[in-house]
Amino acid sequence: MGTAEREPVLRVKGLRKDYGAVQAVKDIAFDVCPNEIVGLLGLNGAGKTTTISMILGVLEPTAGSIHIGGVDLARHRSRALACTNFAAVYAPLPGNLTVYQNLRVFALLYGVKNFKARVEIVLESFDLKKFRNVKCGVLSSGEQTRVGLAKAMLNHPRILLLDEPTASIDPASARDIRNTLRTFARHSQVGVLWTSHNMYEVEEVCDRVLFLSRGEIILQGDPKSLPSQYGKPTLEELFISVAREPLDWRADS
Amino acid sequence: MKLSRLAAVPLRQFYLYRGSAARVLPLFAWVTIDIVLWGFMTKFLSGMTHTQYRFVPALLGAVLFWDFMSRVMYGVSTSFFEDVWSRNFLNVFASPITIPEYIGGLLVSSVATSLIALVVMVVVATLAFGLSFAAYGVMLAPFVLILFLFGMALGIAAIAIVLRMGPAAEWFVWPIPALLAPFAAVYYPLATLPAPMQWLARLLPASYVFEGMRTVVAGRHFNSAMLSTAFALAIVYILLAYWFFARVFRYAVQTGLIARYSAETIS
Repeated sequence: MGTAEREPVLRVKGLRKDYGAVQAVKDIAFDVCPNEIVGLLGLNGAGKTTTISMILGVLEPTAGSIHIGGVDLARHRSRALACTNFAAVYAPLPGNLTVYQNLRVFALLYGVKNFKARVEIVLESFDLKKFRNVKCGVLSSGEQTRVGLAKAMLNHPRILLLDEPTASIDPASARDIRNTLRTFARHSQVGVLWTSHNMYEVEEVCDRVLFLSRGEIILQGDPKSLPSQYGKPTLEELFISVAREPLDWRADS
Repeated sequence: MKLSRLAAVPLRQFYLYRGSAARVLPLFAWVTIDIVLWGFMTKFLSGMTHTQYRFVPALLGAVLFWDFMSRVMYGVSTSFFEDVWSRNFLNVFASPITIPEYIGGLLVSSVATSLIALVVMVVVATLAFGLSFAAYGVMLAPFVLILFLFGMALGIAAIAIVLRMGPAAEWFVWPIPALLAPFAAVYYPLATLPAPMQWLARLLPASYVFEGMRTVVAGRHFNSAMLSTAFALAIVYILLAYWFFARVFRYAVQTGLIARYSAETIS
C-alpha cells in the first residue's frame, strides 16, 4: 500500500474540551487511517462521546485541531463533514418518516450523487428493503440501528464514527452488522472510529484500540496482543484493570 | 450554498405534511375561522355605522394580511420545531448543511405553507365577504412583500430563542403575533395609540403597511418614503434575526447544547 493511501483520514491533535473547571478531554492526539477500524474504549464519562461530538462538529474544542481527509474541521466545517458520517444509539432518525424518506432526506443533506441508486444499495446492504415504506418510529430498536447505519453509509464517508453501533442488537444481527461494517472498511478507503463496551466485539473488529480514561488516552495498541503484553488474559480484564486504576496505566507513568 | 442541502429541509416537511392531517389542517383552519369571524364583524360594523368607511378592505383585509404574516412566522418556526420534536438536531447539524442553507430551507418551507394559508383566506374573504384586492391597487405587492419579510424575521428570531432556551421555550413563540398586534395597528389607525406606543409601533414594518392600507382604501396617497422605511426595517430585522440565530448556534456548539438539546441547559 502506498504512502498516499495511508495518509490518515482522521487526524486529531492536542484536542481538549473544558467545561468550566472540568476538563472532559485533555490534549488527546490520534490518527485513523483508511481501511483501519480503531476502537475508542473507556468507562462511561471517560470522554468518548465528547470526542466524537467534537469530530462531528457539534461541539467546539477548547483547543486542538481535527482534520478529516486533510480538511481542517474548524475552518471548513461543511467540507469536512461532507466526508464524515456517524451512527449512534442516542441519535435515531426521525420516527415520523419512513425508512426511504429518511434516507432520501439525508442523501440530500450529504450531497449524495445519484442518490436513488445509493439509497437502494444501502437498503439492500442492511436488509431494510422490506421496511422501505415503514415509519422508523415503529421499527424495533435493532431495526432502527440498521437504518442509522444505512444512513451512515450513504455518502461513502472517509471517516465513519460509530458510537456503540450494536448496543441494542441481538447477537446474530450484531454479528451480521459487524461483518458488513468490516467488509465496508476493508473494501473502501474508509477509516472507522468505533466505541463499544463489548470487548469481544472490539477484539474481533478493531485493528487498534485507544483506552480513554478521564479524558486522556492512557493506553493503545492491537486488541489481540495488548492483553498478553500487560499480563492479562483478555481484553475485558485489561479494560477492567485500566478502568479501576487509570493512574497506573498512564503512558507517562 | 448547495441547493440540494437546502432542499432537504422542505422535502422533509413535504413528507411530514403529506402523511398528516394534523399538520395540514392548521395551515388553513384557524385563519379561515379568523376570516369568517372578522368577516361577520365587518358586516355588522358596516350596517351599524352607515359611514363611507370601507370596512371590508380596511378591516377584513388587515386581518387577512396579519394572519398571513403570522403564518409566515409559524411556517419557519414549525419546520424548526419538527427537528426539536423528533430530537433530530444531532443528525442534522452533524451533516454538512450550513446555517444559511438550513435557514434557507426553513424559509422555503414557510413560503409553501403560508401561500396555502393565503390562498384559502383570499378565497373565503372574496367569495363570502366580497373582499376585492383591487382596493389596494399597485400597493398590494409591496404590502405583501414587507409583511412576508417581517414574518420571516420574526420566525428566525423565534427559533433562535428556542434553540437557546430549550424545547419548552416554544411557548414563547406562539403568542408573538398577539403581542405585536396592538403595536402593529392592525385594527385601528396609528393615531389611536398613546404616544409611547406609537413610538414603538414605528419600529415595526407592519404598522406602516396597515397604516398605508387604510390610506389607500380611503383613496388618499400613501407616501412612498413610508413604504421605503417599512421595507428597510423589514430587511434590517431579517439581518438582525439571522445574526441572532448564528450567534445562538455558535453558543450551542461551543457549550455542547446541540448534542444535549433535550437537557435544555448545559449547566
